Amino acid sequence: MTNTIKKTIAAILVLSTLLCVCACSASDDKTVRVYNWGDYIDDTVIAQFEDETGYKVIYEKFDTNETMYAKIANGNTNYDVLVPSDYMIQRLIAEDMLQKIDFANVPNFANVGDDYKGISYDPNDEYSVPYMWGTLGILYNKTMVDEEVDSWEMLWNEKYKERIFMLDSSRDSICAALSLLGYSINTTDEKELAEAKQKLIDQIPLVGGYLVDDIKDKMIGGEGALCIAWAGDAEYCMSQNKDLEYIIPKEGSNIFFDSMCIPKTAKNKAGAEAFINFMCKPEISAKNAEYIGYSTPIPAARELMGEKGQSKAAYPDVSKYELEIFSDAGDANRLYDQIWTEVLASIDN
Amino acid sequence: MEKTAGKRTVHSSQRQGAAKFLALPLIIWLAVFVIVPLFLVCCYGFTAEGADGTLHFSFENFARFTEPIYVKIMVRSLKIALISTVICLVLGYPAAYIMSRSSSKIRTLIILLILMPMWMNFMLRIHAWLTLLENGGLINTLLAAMGLEKVEFLGSEGAVVLGMVYNFLPFMIMSIYMVLLKLDNSLLEAAYDLGATPVQRFIKIIIPFSVPGILSGISMVFVPSVTTFAISQYFSNGTVRLIGDTIEKQFGAANNWNFGAAISIVVMVIVMLSMFAINKVDDGDIGERKMII
Amino acid sequence: MKKTGFFSKLYIALMLIFMQMPIIVLMVYSFNDAASRANWGGFSLRWYEAMFRDATVMNSLWVTLACGILAAVLATVIGTLAAIGLNSMKKRAYSATIAVAYLPMLNAEIVTGVSLFMLYTKLNMQLGFVTLLISHITFCLPYVILSVMPKVRQFDYSKYEAAIDLGAKPSYAITRIMLPELAPGIISGFILSLTLSIDDFVISKFTTGNGVDNLSTLIYSAKGGFGGMPQKISALSTVIYVVVLTILIINYLRTRKSDRENLF
Repeated sequence: MTNTIKKTIAAILVLSTLLCVCACSASDDKTVRVYNWGDYIDDTVIAQFEDETGYKVIYEKFDTNETMYAKIANGNTNYDVLVPSDYMIQRLIAEDMLQKIDFANVPNFANVGDDYKGISYDPNDEYSVPYMWGTLGILYNKTMVDEEVDSWEMLWNEKYKERIFMLDSSRDSICAALSLLGYSINTTDEKELAEAKQKLIDQIPLVGGYLVDDIKDKMIGGEGALCIAWAGDAEYCMSQNKDLEYIIPKEGSNIFFDSMCIPKTAKNKAGAEAFINFMCKPEISAKNAEYIGYSTPIPAARELMGEKGQSKAAYPDVSKYELEIFSDAGDANRLYDQIWTEVLASIDN
Repeated sequence: MEKTAGKRTVHSSQRQGAAKFLALPLIIWLAVFVIVPLFLVCCYGFTAEGADGTLHFSFENFARFTEPIYVKIMVRSLKIALISTVICLVLGYPAAYIMSRSSSKIRTLIILLILMPMWMNFMLRIHAWLTLLENGGLINTLLAAMGLEKVEFLGSEGAVVLGMVYNFLPFMIMSIYMVLLKLDNSLLEAAYDLGATPVQRFIKIIIPFSVPGILSGISMVFVPSVTTFAISQYFSNGTVRLIGDTIEKQFGAANNWNFGAAISIVVMVIVMLSMFAINKVDDGDIGERKMII
Repeated sequence: MKKTGFFSKLYIALMLIFMQMPIIVLMVYSFNDAASRANWGGFSLRWYEAMFRDATVMNSLWVTLACGILAAVLATVIGTLAAIGLNSMKKRAYSATIAVAYLPMLNAEIVTGVSLFMLYTKLNMQLGFVTLLISHITFCLPYVILSVMPKVRQFDYSKYEAAIDLGAKPSYAITRIMLPELAPGIISGFILSLTLSIDDFVISKFTTGNGVDNLSTLIYSAKGGFGGMPQKISALSTVIYVVVLTILIINYLRTRKSDRENLF
């Protein structure tokens, strides 16, 4: 009896040491840790990168810039590549959380279109390499909405009560309210922000859900009539459900650039640069953009995409709309966070 | 018990010396991974960041929590938890009673089948329900096939309650069942012989006997219901925000540890108060029943 | 008294359907060839193949099992030693330690998760497997103590003394005489820890990171429908369900008839 117990205990102990060794040995310089948005990559591209370079990718997803920021700011992470948006990159640079990229290791940067270089958040192209870009607008179901959709006002239309879906992302949802009110989407004026907050609180009874990646399912499945959407998600949804249409509201909206950068806490800078370089290959970027629906900043990639590279939603004539890029709100970041917390807290079913 | 206590004094001198140190790893573990973390929560809850970025002692975070919107969230969380607990009790009691009265072979099987989902994974259970309830899920597909209007199940408080009941009902059933199992049949037979009707027996004997089980069941359903965050997010499309969701946001997107810690302290106080209240009535060990699952 | 009426049977049947139905539906859908749950595209095993090929799913399964087994082993060792030690402590020290040890069990999970997250951040520990494991051990400990403690109390110390008097070393006396008698408690503590660890989401959510996902956090982060993740997860549920069911049935059949009554 005691012998069997002893044997079992010994077996378990051996097994657990083995487990421990295996589990801990995962990190070495052949691993690249990528922290990217959810639903924002074609998995086969990762596999291709692993095959070609011999690196192993550990991939984790975030749902909003703010969630990502919190993780990085707390310091107990060691991602090698991050893919935040413009204003968040500006904030990370300002708070000294990014390191400069060695562009000698990223020769494919030359493939990036001139329109996507030297943008305000990283004027000298030192810290970031564009991954995808897009606009913020309204995605709607033509069979459920019969009037013309051209204004943010539609997201406040009583007729579509509980069929409107909003993004659980502070800057984006507040942006819709600010645009509608005619304010700058980068305002730090407390009064203007308070008005936007009230606008969003007034909207609550009409909203069927505050989600991020799940919104796509709701729109494709015909549950939602209207939603605030990033153009790339809209493009994907439209490819799955022909009744959907995407527009950029006339009041103006946001244009965003999600770029790859390397945090100071990275453990494998060389691997990170190899990954960034790989993602800038035209054929890779084309494959990726085709899959996820977002817009590639690499002209050669766009050409490879044929018809898909001409999509109105993903590649609008940006000069025709009043598009503003988000900038880091600085001290007002707290205000934005607080407004969004309070809007969500005010939901009263 | 008393016997052991007696022995303890006899042999204490020989045993105490070395044996005491066996608890040392645990004590160190608890100090580092239970006490220090809770101390940190308190530190953050009672401090606030000044304009110059330094921390100072403050009740600011608690004051913020008394704003109407947060009070409303707290009330809503308590309300939903209470409804879920009552439903669990109403549904679970008969099940526990029937199980305790059925033959041992059958009841083992029943327990296995009821507890089965509990041995899988919390998120898998939620995932399973979404498959049923979604707009494109099974129930709506069936409704549509029959030419009926689709129903939006998700997105309401009712859906959240359903999620909680499903996840926590086994706790209620098991804790009542474990107590009822100890009910001596001869007691009921005696009552029967004395002419008590079934209803009388139920009210006068069975219910009072099962009180400890009911109480621990209540606490085992109520506490997780008040504080969960995933269930509410999934079953309400993010429209029913509970106290757990609010805490989670403070450590994620909103990135305000001080406020998050303050809410955690409030939650902790509520939990401890309800435990204390239940322990007052019930001298049994809640943990002992929680273990069974 | 032991007779169960028709309504009782019906009630129990309904209860079982309520508990089992979602998972059974999920399993049926895992054989659906279509990419969407909204329609049935014929029987297919393609999601099973896709699941076994998907490194993130397999990794999370691995993390879940490794963390579960390790947490259960370590919690059982620490908890069992502690239960023996606690039994010979003075009353006041004993109650104080027990009170603290039970905190993670009685407290709201989210508070435990958040507090550990703050600790790791302050200690500058990288979130990942180690932090996940520590957290799981922490919330498993009270359950181990709870299941071993009664056995320690029941243990007749005179046997131990006798062995010592006969010249046995304390280590021999503990492993040969004491542990076998504590075994039922130790085993149930171990199994309990394992199931709690595999089931946990709330605490894991706060204490893991850097791409280390267990099943719960993987499902949580895979909210969108890219790459057929929901279908792969359904397929995985079926596999887990079958494994758990098999273990339970084997366990049930192996238990001698007379013992079955005492299984619960």
